[in-house]
Amino acid sequence: MARRTKPGPIRVLIAKPGLDGHDRGAKVVARALRDAGMEVIYAGLRQTPEEVVRAAVEEDVDLIGLSILSGAHMALFPRILALLKQEKARRIPVFAGGIIPDEDARRLQKAGVQAIFGPGTSLEEIVATARRLARGTA
Amino acid sequence: MSPAPRLPPAARAIVAGDRRALARAITAVENDDPAARPIVRALYPRTGKIPVIGLTGPLGVGKSSLLSLLIGRLRTAGRSVGAIAVDPSSPFSGGSVLGDRIRLERRADDDGVYFRSMASRGEAGGIAAATREVARLLEAAGFDLVFVETVGSGQVDVAIREVATTSVVVLVPHLGDDVQTLKAGLFEIADIFDVNKSDLPGADRAARDLSELASLGRSADGWTSRIVRTSTTAPMGLDELWEAIEAHERFLDESGGRVAGERRRLAREIADRVREHVGRDVTVRLDRDRELRSLLDRVVARRTDPISAADRLYRQRYRAR
Ligand code: B12
Ligand SMILES: Nc1nc2c(ncn2[C@@H]2O[C@H](COP(=O)(O)OP(=O)(O)O)[C@@H](O)[C@H]2O)c(=O)[nH]1
Ligand SMILES: [Mg+2]
Repeated sequence: MARRTKPGPIRVLIAKPGLDGHDRGAKVVARALRDAGMEVIYAGLRQTPEEVVRAAVEEDVDLIGLSILSGAHMALFPRILALLKQEKARRIPVFAGGIIPDEDARRLQKAGVQAIFGPGTSLEEIVATARRLARGTA
Repeated sequence: MSPAPRLPPAARAIVAGDRRALARAITAVENDDPAARPIVRALYPRTGKIPVIGLTGPLGVGKSSLLSLLIGRLRTAGRSVGAIAVDPSSPFSGGSVLGDRIRLERRADDDGVYFRSMASRGEAGGIAAATREVARLLEAAGFDLVFVETVGSGQVDVAIREVATTSVVVLVPHLGDDVQTLKAGLFEIADIFDVNKSDLPGADRAARDLSELASLGRSADGWTSRIVRTSTTAPMGLDELWEAIEAHERFLDESGGRVAGERRRLAREIADRVREHVGRDVTVRLDRDRELRSLLDRVVARRTDPISAADRLYRQRYRAR
């Protein structure tokens, strides 16, 4: 079956991997994407990489958004990317935000995270990037 | 069941347990994508046999929490479970935040569970237009039973009757007084009432009030609504809830209600689809067709009324000759 012969709304998974209780950013981003007409599956706190990937596959999302402020991104993000590959779902783009030092962000982007946003990023920019990544025109 | 060779490849993949094929087919069905048609058509004969259990009731009563615990319980018993959780779409942006997955606790590598969030996409009544088709896809994929959690906006979502074989209406203790206002329609859809959050005070009272109302009975099919009490935070009553669901499913088999119910639901489904086609068709014609445009002109000018105009239009264009 050809993908998106008749496109419906963009579906995005927003998840917070690891032990990180900071959920304001994830919720703000989820709401902004909703207000831009997207269907946002909000998976909530404390997701394991396996749960994130399972949810992305079952929900058939066009994009995965990871929010992390705990500092564990260097362990969790590569694991998620590897699992996506294993599940043959590597074509689902991943973007992220939270507290991620520039040096780490560079390395993660090399590893395959499409875009990373820190505190203070405008929601317009996040929405525009989500749209671009989800529609596969990156 | 072995995959029949005549199925289209995507349908064959679904039957063989390919979760990504299933995921994509669900999306296609939701989007009313023509690519979904041959899949749905090919799989239809394999459907209509499993329990579809509806969980409805106001926002925040614990439907998603119950769903998670019921899934866990059924997995322990070795049964595979598909679940659809519907949330509202924003009438303004068309977007949606689908949050029912937050409550889901399961092993991430367990292929015996498939959980899908669904936006209502403008459909009133608590389920989406495609919910029935998605439930059938899950059945064709081999799941032993399917749960459907409705939107749960304020009142009770009556449309659950159009998809579920057993409907559970979930309430909470302090909703006691509201039961009176919910009453209209409530007993027609509730095969089971569940007073969830029974760890909170007032549960006995709520269950008693419901019993009184239920004893007035629902005679049409011979089933009297059961009332159970549960808590998901201080787990209790889950066995009783599942017991009640199974009792109703048994009742359906013994009373012939399963066949009658399926017939009623399918009649409704066909009628819904025709109504949708005709409605769209008429909307277009009232704009483009010269004769119909002048009919609309006359209604606007108060020379005829909408009821008479609709009757006439229907008689001339759609009634069998
Ligand atoms: C509020 C806050 C809290 C609140 C959280 C409330 C909640 N429910 O979210 C509370 C008080 C609970 C808290 C607790 C802790 N916090 Co705190 N907290 C903050 C604080 C001040 C603001 C975070 C916030 O909500 N910002 C507002 C939101 C909207 O911004 P945001 O999350 O950054 O999101 C934006 C972008 O990052 C991006 N984005 C975010 N997610 C995503 C996802 C995607 C897909 C995309 C595209 C974009 C995106 O878009 C958003 C909009 O621009 C930060 C400091 C800071 N200035 O960031 C510290 C901070 C995050 N906390 C910190 C720490 C250490 C803690 C604690 C461990 C203890 C402590 N020292 O206070 C606990 C741990 C809690 C836990 N269980 O995990 C550290 C983290 C250090 C690190 N990672 O190296 C920080 C950076 C403070 C610091 N400078 O030390 N915290
Ligand atoms: N006290 C109590 N709280 C519960 C119970 N079940 C669910 N909740 C809480 O009620 C809130 C809504 O639960 P959720 O399952 O999302 O409700 P839904 O909107 O009906 O799906 C959450 O904060 C739950 O923790 C229960 O049995 N007792
Ligand atoms: Mg819910």
